[in-house]
Amino acid sequence: MAVVTDWLTWTVVGVGLVALVVVAVALVRDQEPQDRTFALLAGYELVVLVQLVVGCVLLARTDRDVEGVLFVSYLVGNCFALPVGVFWSLAERTRWGTAVLGVAVLTVVALQLRLETIWGGGA
Amino acid sequence: MSGAPEVRTGLSSGPGRVLVFGYGLFAVAATGRSLVQLGADPGRAPFAYSLSVVAAVLYLVATTCLLAGSRRAWTIALAACSVELVGVLSIGTLSYVETQWFPDRTVWSHFGQGYGYLPLVLPVLGLAWLRATRPGAHGGSPGH
Repeated sequence: MAVVTDWLTWTVVGVGLVALVVVAVALVRDQEPQDRTFALLAGYELVVLVQLVVGCVLLARTDRDVEGVLFVSYLVGNCFALPVGVFWSLAERTRWGTAVLGVAVLTVVALQLRLETIWGGGA
Repeated sequence: MSGAPEVRTGLSSGPGRVLVFGYGLFAVAATGRSLVQLGADPGRAPFAYSLSVVAAVLYLVATTCLLAGSRRAWTIALAACSVELVGVLSIGTLSYVETQWFPDRTVWSHFGQGYGYLPLVLPVLGLAWLRATRPGAHGGSPGH
């Protein structure tokens, strides 16, 4: 069980770090959001959606003392960060639009910490 | 939100776009936190939980005003960001000095440590952005 969550969390963090590098390069080059960045984030969103499903299944099966409502609300909130960020960047076709994408990715990575804490039974 | 052409204001474009996104995130985060805290056990730390609500309201006001972008919205945003900065500095200090006042954490305790110190950074960025876009300043002039 723990192996699955570790694997999943590290995948989300790993893809997030790759996305952050892509965004950072685009920022340095002073580029507006690129199609390939959007494609990468679409793929990332799929990973996050998989995490939502797997997370819910694991929660249903676990005998750990996990705050279920809190855990699921973080999993669901996590799925909104990227779409909202992409939507919000569409009207800003400058490097600042790219920066918005970076903040959205950072949010997903940061939420992994909270999810880990909640899964571990902490506050 | 309406997807209107960018003719209204500079407050939510350029760097402001990133700022609004950040403020929006914290509005959601602080609202969520205060709802969870008040829903679970409001009596445990009434002072800390009230502060979470105050923070949530301030983030919501700042987000809304940056989006609205009028001259009045600029003024209200300035007030919200100022109160926010004073709040995070004083609550951050108090959470170290008067630990017994805080049986549970708030967004602002320990200068926003639980949120990567962003609650401390955000109002500073907000004030800098408002200064850059102040009415009458060169460049983005809200209201016209």
